Amino acid sequence: MTPSPLRLHKDLSRIWATGPGFQRLAAVNHTILGLRFMVTSAVFFAIGGVLSMMIRAQLATPHSAFIGPEIYNQIFTMHGTIMMFLFAIPMLEGLAIYLLPKMLGARDLAFPRMTAYGYWCYLFGGSILVIALILGVAPDSGWFMYTPLSSKPYSPGINADVWLLGVTFVEISALTMAVELTVSILKLRAPGMTLARMPIFAWYILVTAVMMVVGFPPLILASILLEVERAFDLPFFDATRGGDPLLWQHLFWLFGHPEVYIIFLPAAGALSIIIPTFAQRPLVGYRAVIVALVAMAFLSFGIWVHHMFTVGIPHMALAFFSAGSALVAVPTGVQIFAWLATLAHGRPRWDVPMLYVFGFFFVFVAGGLTGVMLAMVSFNWQAHDTHFVVAHLHYVLVGGFVFPMLAALYYWLPNVTGRQSVHRISVTAFWLIFIGFNLTFWHMHLTGLLGMPRRIYTYTEADGWTWLNLVSSMGGFILTMGFALVAMDILLQMRLGRRFRRDPWRAGTLEWAIATPPPPYAFASIPEVTERADRLPVREMGRSLAAGEGYLAHARNGWQETLGLHTTTGRPDQVVVLSRSTHLPLYTAIATCVVVLSLLFKVYWLALVGLAAVITLMLWTAQISGLRKDYGPLPIGHGIAVPPHTEVEGPPPWWALVMTLVADGTLFLSLIYGMFYLWLVAANWPPAAVMEPNLILTAVIAAGLVLPPLVARGALRANAKGRGILLWVGLAALGLAVAIAGLVFAIMQVPAPTRHAYSATTAAVLAYAVFHAGVGVLFLISNTLRWRAGFIAPRRGLDLRLTRLWLDYTAVTGVIGLGLVLVMPYLTEISGVQP
Amino acid sequence: MGRWLAVGAVVLVAGCDGPFSTLEPRGPAASSIANLWWGMLAGALILMALVLALFAFVMLAPKQASRIAPRHWIIWGGLGLPALVLPPLVGWSLVAGERLLPHPGADVAVVEVESFQFGWTFRYPEYGGIERDILHLPVGQPVDIHITTRDVIHAFWIPQLGGKLDAIPGHVNVLRLQADETGVYAGQCAEFCGTGHLPMRFETHVHAPEDLPAALGITAAADDQEEDQQP
Ligand code: HEM
Ligand SMILES: [Cu+2]
Ligand SMILES: [Cu+2]
Repeated sequence: MTPSPLRLHKDLSRIWATGPGFQRLAAVNHTILGLRFMVTSAVFFAIGGVLSMMIRAQLATPHSAFIGPEIYNQIFTMHGTIMMFLFAIPMLEGLAIYLLPKMLGARDLAFPRMTAYGYWCYLFGGSILVIALILGVAPDSGWFMYTPLSSKPYSPGINADVWLLGVTFVEISALTMAVELTVSILKLRAPGMTLARMPIFAWYILVTAVMMVVGFPPLILASILLEVERAFDLPFFDATRGGDPLLWQHLFWLFGHPEVYIIFLPAAGALSIIIPTFAQRPLVGYRAVIVALVAMAFLSFGIWVHHMFTVGIPHMALAFFSAGSALVAVPTGVQIFAWLATLAHGRPRWDVPMLYVFGFFFVFVAGGLTGVMLAMVSFNWQAHDTHFVVAHLHYVLVGGFVFPMLAALYYWLPNVTGRQSVHRISVTAFWLIFIGFNLTFWHMHLTGLLGMPRRIYTYTEADGWTWLNLVSSMGGFILTMGFALVAMDILLQMRLGRRFRRDPWRAGTLEWAIATPPPPYAFASIPEVTERADRLPVREMGRSLAAGEGYLAHARNGWQETLGLHTTTGRPDQVVVLSRSTHLPLYTAIATCVVVLSLLFKVYWLALVGLAAVITLMLWTAQISGLRKDYGPLPIGHGIAVPPHTEVEGPPPWWALVMTLVADGTLFLSLIYGMFYLWLVAANWPPAAVMEPNLILTAVIAAGLVLPPLVARGALRANAKGRGILLWVGLAALGLAVAIAGLVFAIMQVPAPTRHAYSATTAAVLAYAVFHAGVGVLFLISNTLRWRAGFIAPRRGLDLRLTRLWLDYTAVTGVIGLGLVLVMPYLTEISGVQP
Repeated sequence: MGRWLAVGAVVLVAGCDGPFSTLEPRGPAASSIANLWWGMLAGALILMALVLALFAFVMLAPKQASRIAPRHWIIWGGLGLPALVLPPLVGWSLVAGERLLPHPGADVAVVEVESFQFGWTFRYPEYGGIERDILHLPVGQPVDIHITTRDVIHAFWIPQLGGKLDAIPGHVNVLRLQADETGVYAGQCAEFCGTGHLPMRFETHVHAPEDLPAALGITAAADDQEEDQQP
């Protein structure tokens, strides 16, 4: 009983629509938000580009009087920060958000409201940074913010706080997107699309998202610690008080190196879709490429020290990191040769995207080769921190990200607009960019070898860098003209492009099976996939899906439905009912922004008010999530019926919490790493005073932490039997309250946290436990409210399982933390190896 | 042809000129690194030409290119090529790097460098802790530079003599340098350290060993002078 296609289209449109006017701010749809992410990041790219032009104008001639060091330092810091945090990462997120559901045969991502929240956080965080720039109080310690230059005594102004808080705000947005993308890839696909059948782009994004989940926490931790040091004088990085500036560098690059791959991999994923289309054959070495990119992800977490070759690390360690860094050439080579082989075994044809693929090959390979050079320790000692590195990093980032993204732009823009491009100026634009780029950066390697350090605001003729810089600046302006032409080209294509029916490139992936411009529900009905999903007969499928011949070809209960799969078998196991558009994400992000701003201006009472607002809004959001009734198996078409996600074992929220805890665990490990690092390496240990071990207090706290997980199990059993849970919830809350009280008391026992890093890290470990116990209480409050409202029932126990998982985590990390706090005083006695 | 080559060579050599040039080495460390660079440059250009040639090959003549099986592309390109290039390169670099380390030796002079926002002081323990703001070194003798900082991170760098090393609060880093010729060499701070990062330049005067005491202001009557030197 399929309804008429037109009727289906009308119904789905009504259900999935985002309203006009003010309602637009309530959008949660992946197509809209993916585009918003991309457009916003393009705006930030333009701002970063203007800054780079100011840099080039300043350096064009010696003795330039255009800008002085105070402003110059802000400009290059903001250029780097904007390009890395506000352009590259959000751009790739936007592309993934826009494309993934369409490629995987889903109607949206798993947590539409989270997408919206992530977008607003990004927009607000980025705006804080840019406004600071306009007001002349932008960060000015370089994009990696080395301490102690960025610490209070040497950066007394608000500048560094802007970086720490603004970037952390954006990072938290990136983290939510990473969790969402991971879960969506693992759960929301078309039936039959096993992991081994996913288009390779989804693999790239999966690996990237997991890398973000474990890569960002070290930086988030480091930023929090540094902000705490700046605001409350707790010494984590201050060498005079047992801290160590090198700890900052380790934590930063533990994030920073993987970051480069986080930026590169999605771009490579796009290439792995684009190249096969123009080679007119599927990707060669699909499995080899997956292995290569997983290897790359692992390697990238083990070689961060190559950014620190000149800090005075023992030579043996340097040899290890040097060899490891060179090894990255292997998985990179595998991918590059897989692409070459794809072209070799296909019938390659030229089009604008292929021009950028050529640009990629040229520029990225050059950047990779200089990367191998920089991995050689002794050469690094000369080239480090010179314009050689500036050239190298732009070859890698522009070659490995900007060129592929431009290829992607020309490749997928028709998907967005429903129009094809009218070549002419596209080709000119490409050559301007390609020539301009190389004219800017090719000989900048030499500038660096002639000894020009990075981050200097001018130079003299006697230094011998005059001509090289002048040519670079001219190249920079040609490059900019190229980008301006691309912008014009896009506008023209949106206005004048030729309309097309379906699949203009004769691609084989599902994003071309939908109507263009894409309707908000993407697929009128969801396809069944029986082979690798990068060589599908897209045109025929598109027709049959539009006719409602796939799954979920109905409008039921006004629900936004998509299918959830068993992760490995690819069989549908749940109907995922997604949330409708709402302003709550916007309000929550505004409240979060209030918190960030009040921390920035040190109005701490307001930060607490903001925090309360965030919590209230989140609890409120929870009150409108899920279903209040049991539905049992629901028909999804083709004679199959599966239950809604509220009634199954492994729904998306469960996986989201698991991924969140992976991120959280990485942060905890980083904290412990920091504690041990300072104990082993930092100067001015042991501390003058340590904490008296208090076994009774420790036992009380431990009991308070361990009781709730046990109680949570009782609550689950009670709920399964249809009995009330409030008694259990109350008992768990009591345990947490005891733990929190005990922990706060313990923190007050820590001797003078501002005096020594020992005390500061001890307090941090205890505060970590307080935070988690506190969030545990919120879980319990939410459980109470939602149980009352009928969301929690014998067959719908998900909330309670989430709570159990959180309490388990809290107990485990809390007990580990308590153990550390107990043994640390003894460990400090056996240090004493320091000068 | 020959003339063009000559002109090219002149341009190239002139292009490597400059007070901060790492390509005009005047000491064993800088020379070893410059050699490594030229070697790597040659290798990199060959590899780059190879990849671009392959790209042209597959785009223009896919028929011929498809004679190489897909698996072979990946194995030879992704595994074979790195296996051929990387071990010798890493080996070379490690051996060369090892030689640059401050191994203990009889004939090693010591200078203590303290950096600060924004400048340098150089102390000579051998000469009773004299302090100067120009670095004086003996020619032909290995010197261990002990690098520290009074405030933020800086980096000590004399490009013509060798690589740079950071000055990090709470740490002492030791850099081994040696100058092969007397003369004046330019040095600078290489780690961004604030608004005075650019002016943090210094001069290095390399003297014949017998001239060094005089350069440090130590005359025959050095003993009475030493008393008013602050330790
Ligand atoms: C559009 C053309 C671009 C030009 C002309 C340009 C130019 C420059 C220059 C001259 C510097 C060195 C400033 C100095 O050390 O004094 C620089 C630094 C940097 N650029 Fe770019 N850039 C461009 C695009 C990009 C892109 C696309 C990215 C990243 C995706 C990027 C990331 C960076 C980073 C991370 C730094 C280091 C900032 C620091 O030292 O703190 N740039 N850029
Ligand atoms: Cu790196
Ligand atoms: Cu400096």
